[in-house]
Amino acid sequence: MTKSQLITMLAKTEGISVRVAEIIVDTTFKVLEEAMIKGDRIEIRGFGSFKVKSYDGYKGRNPRTGALIEVEPKRLPFFKVGKDLQRLVNGGDKPME
Amino acid sequence: MTVTKAHIVDRLHAELHQVAKVTKNDCARFVETIFELLKGSLAQGEDVLISGFGKFCIRTKNERRGRNPQTGESIILPSRKVVTFKCSGILKKRMNHGR
Repeated sequence: MTKSQLITMLAKTEGISVRVAEIIVDTTFKVLEEAMIKGDRIEIRGFGSFKVKSYDGYKGRNPRTGALIEVEPKRLPFFKVGKDLQRLVNGGDKPME
Repeated sequence: MTVTKAHIVDRLHAELHQVAKVTKNDCARFVETIFELLKGSLAQGEDVLISGFGKFCIRTKNERRGRNPQTGESIILPSRKVVTFKCSGILKKRMNHGR
């Protein structure tokens, strides 16, 4: 599923125009992006949570040329799947252990 | 701070009420529907690609031999599916610039 498919499906499910559905989807992900940029945690019950992890810089090598390169410190979002979604992707109604 | 659905609902209401006649309840339902649609796609084993944000992928983990750490007893852990998230390059840049 892509973002445009999500927009179409939201419009259909909710009986709203595609234009409004697009604003809704864009705003939703904008809020999530802004939180990640700020380094905030995100928790969506039943879906999952995001945490921003910081990674130190290190000296690495280009695997093709062997050249030594400096890898800059970076921040990346880490997604932890929620219980409900974890259960759903594994076939639904089986209870979680 | 932890961002939740409630934050998204508030923001949606602020952004939408000039464009369309929507109540906060409507916005709460919209946000609920979005995540239900995302979950439905992943539950069917279909990846979700949100350009500019990232991609949610379903990965299948093989069956493997594990141990109950409490009793030391050897058990077979069955094959299972996990959801992974790969951040988009655009978002990665935005998270790492201006720091």
